[in-house]
Amino acid sequence: MNYQPQDFLPIFVQLAAALAFIVLVMVLTHALGPKRHSAKKDDSFECGIESIGDARTPISVKYFLVAILFVLFDLEIVFMYPWAVNFKQLAWNGFYEMIVFMGLLLAGFIYVIKKGILTWEK
Amino acid sequence: MEISNIWYFLSALTLLSALMVIMSKNPIHSVLYLVFTFFCISAHYVLLNAQFLMAVNIIVYAGAIMVLFLFVIMMFDLKKNIPESKSSLTKLAGSVVAGTLLVILIAIVRKNNIPAPLGDKFNSQTGMVENLGQVLYGEFLLPFELVSILFFVAMVGAVLLGKREAGERNF
Repeated sequence: MNYQPQDFLPIFVQLAAALAFIVLVMVLTHALGPKRHSAKKDDSFECGIESIGDARTPISVKYFLVAILFVLFDLEIVFMYPWAVNFKQLAWNGFYEMIVFMGLLLAGFIYVIKKGILTWEK
Repeated sequence: MEISNIWYFLSALTLLSALMVIMSKNPIHSVLYLVFTFFCISAHYVLLNAQFLMAVNIIVYAGAIMVLFLFVIMMFDLKKNIPESKSSLTKLAGSVVAGTLLVILIAIVRKNNIPAPLGDKFNSQTGMVENLGQVLYGEFLLPFELVSILFFVAMVGAVLLGKREAGERNF
């Protein structure tokens, strides 16, 4: 296949259509819906408990750890995609290469599991 | 529309959003402008016919890395860490240094006539995922395997730095 940038125009048309739909619906709801403003109505949690303090409190580093592990395994999948596309051509050689790659990452994954990073409460 | 016009439009958009990253006062807004900058760079990849890089840039940078940035910003106590405004002498020194660097960079680009890469051997399909895989798992096998070691080190480093003992609060 001989791809050119304009072959991917449908994707951008779809993106533009999705964005336009969101903007249209937002504008329509604000234009058509009734407006009743009051201190209670404009509260962030209108029917919930009263909000106390600031939303910008420092959060646990545990969330950060899970996020950074997610990024690492996300990148691993990214590397698997070109391999999967060329699976037939690369044959067994590519398979062994991938085994080495996955083996090291699996060692890291076992380390993470053994350290108990992904268990939330201990 | 001429393809160079699209390029000029995209470049202007990229530079503008990149400027907004450093100029907005609210760090959350900075992160959102950075996400937009990444999307613009992805569009540049499409113009370079590197669609795989475009998808990876959106998934990894605009998705995952930005989540990390937001986490880091949320971990800081922003009220305590408001940087003091610099004195006017510091501002002047900074603009002089930055301006000189800009002039030097422009001079270098103008002095050196950078030749078009590859010339006649240019292949528009180099960035396609099939060709990329062939090169990555053939010629560049060693860097690819080293990447897994890099990931392993990153994993161990993150765990060592960030592990919390039991009983500590999550909020």
